[in-house]
Amino acid sequence: MNKKTYSIPIGPVHPSLKEPMTFNFEIYGERIEKVNLAPGDNHRGIEFMGRQRNPIQIIYLAERICGICSAAHPFAFCQAVENAAGIEVPERAQYIRVIIAELERIHSHILWAGVAAHELGFDSVLYLSWRAREEVLDLLEYLTGNRINYGIFMIGGVRRDISEEQLPRIRETLEYYKDIYGKIEDIFLNDPTIAFRTKNVGVLTKEDALHLCAVGPTTRASGIKKDVRQDQPYSAYADLNVEAITPDVFSGEVNGDVYDRIIVRLLELVQSIQIIEQCLDNMPSGEIIAEKKLVKLLNQLKKAKGEGVGRVEAPRGECIHYVKLNESELPEVWKARAPTYNNLMTWVPMLIDQQIADIPIVIASIDPCIACMDRVTILNKNNGQKSMLTKKDLHELSVQKTRRITP
Amino acid sequence: MKLNKYFERSLWVFHLNTGSCNGCDIEIVAGLTPRYDLERFGIKLVGSPKHADVLLVTGPVTSKMLDRVKRVYEQTPDPKAVIVVGACGTSGGVFYNSYNISGSVDKVIPVDVYVPGCPPRPEAIINGVLQAWIKLENLRESMKTAQAK
Repeated sequence: MNKKTYSIPIGPVHPSLKEPMTFNFEIYGERIEKVNLAPGDNHRGIEFMGRQRNPIQIIYLAERICGICSAAHPFAFCQAVENAAGIEVPERAQYIRVIIAELERIHSHILWAGVAAHELGFDSVLYLSWRAREEVLDLLEYLTGNRINYGIFMIGGVRRDISEEQLPRIRETLEYYKDIYGKIEDIFLNDPTIAFRTKNVGVLTKEDALHLCAVGPTTRASGIKKDVRQDQPYSAYADLNVEAITPDVFSGEVNGDVYDRIIVRLLELVQSIQIIEQCLDNMPSGEIIAEKKLVKLLNQLKKAKGEGVGRVEAPRGECIHYVKLNESELPEVWKARAPTYNNLMTWVPMLIDQQIADIPIVIASIDPCIACMDRVTILNKNNGQKSMLTKKDLHELSVQKTRRITP
Repeated sequence: MKLNKYFERSLWVFHLNTGSCNGCDIEIVAGLTPRYDLERFGIKLVGSPKHADVLLVTGPVTSKMLDRVKRVYEQTPDPKAVIVVGACGTSGGVFYNSYNISGSVDKVIPVDVYVPGCPPRPEAIINGVLQAWIKLENLRESMKTAQAK
């Protein structure tokens, strides 16, 4: 049978995408037959710039990999450098780091809930949820001095302490979220229209999620209990009870659809509030940074040699930073892998056989962060043409590199 | 110039992301949502540059977006104003020495208002939009007088 498909390009500048990214859909009737992704519009060459700056300067660059994950990236980067240089972080600093990271998760998940509602056409929910989000931004500003890009992380600790007087203000905000959580849950999980638009839409099966190495709420919604905070607790998470949340806690079943992703993110809101409360209750006293004098710290890093890895559960999933220090001011290698990079390919099984009108919500359902993800493209500088590397080419490159670095 | 006298039209804004880190983008949306509520003045985000009076550009211009920025600018009808939000669109910011970034937005398209900050607060963005509004009203006024002649 001759099936004639037509193609719809979406992006890089498109109202349903807040960030530049190009999609190409092959459509048969209303059904999506094929999906092609073409990232690279947001590539800023951050790792390249990082290799020309010293580790303390990189923290601020890492923060600006993504404005929404501006705690997760510096968190992972600092961990990687500490790991490489063998710096021990004071316990109090670890707790403060966790508090900031969890506050970020609250803001990010509410932001996502608003965006998802907007994609479904519920603009009033977008406005209400973003109004609720302002409270946590106020708290973050109160604690760190900025609404976004907090600038609180430092190698070996944090730059600002949480004082005794600040605790009631934190608890006040947490109470506010506990109060309104019932409303948020009611709007998203009991509304028949939202259920109608999201149930059995954009299904990611457990096999696909495992096969594509999906991370974060995307994979947990498919029934895989994967969470760095649980599997390999870093920082203060080792003292806290964190368990990966799967949608069967709430609904008793796992479908891996958009509805399940909503469930996971909403339940994680409650989890984050509990984690912060535990942190506030058990906060140890003491120093907040291993080395206060930056010049001394830089000198220490200059002499350090070794490799380090930092793993952090960002709001979107696992974020890995790799750093190699080689007795010089500048790091030899800095590699950042953001969660959206893993989740990107899950769009393909999710979108196949869906309708065109479901594209925005399915795309939004993994909470994509293109700014995080766009890190590597192969660009031919002479003619500006992008070249695709096949497996054979990659193998060839790999062999060449082995020969190059072997003395 | 008094704004009230020329308060005749709603201002429609098109948001163009040219490789920004999301920080400014979420602050723009925060400016539109209830706490700051730009929409009470009739200012709203539209889906196409062809409907827009003002271009709100965030981010340094990456080489892949270079051509797109120019095209979006050309698609916006006259009279128009361009606002650059954020340090990296204004000067390159932290991304000043990248190989894939053309620096600042004003190297690519003419810019009327700069809103510095990384990211700027929603109040600053609202102030920037107001400046662009005043500029647009001036432009409209001069176009009207030119037509009358």
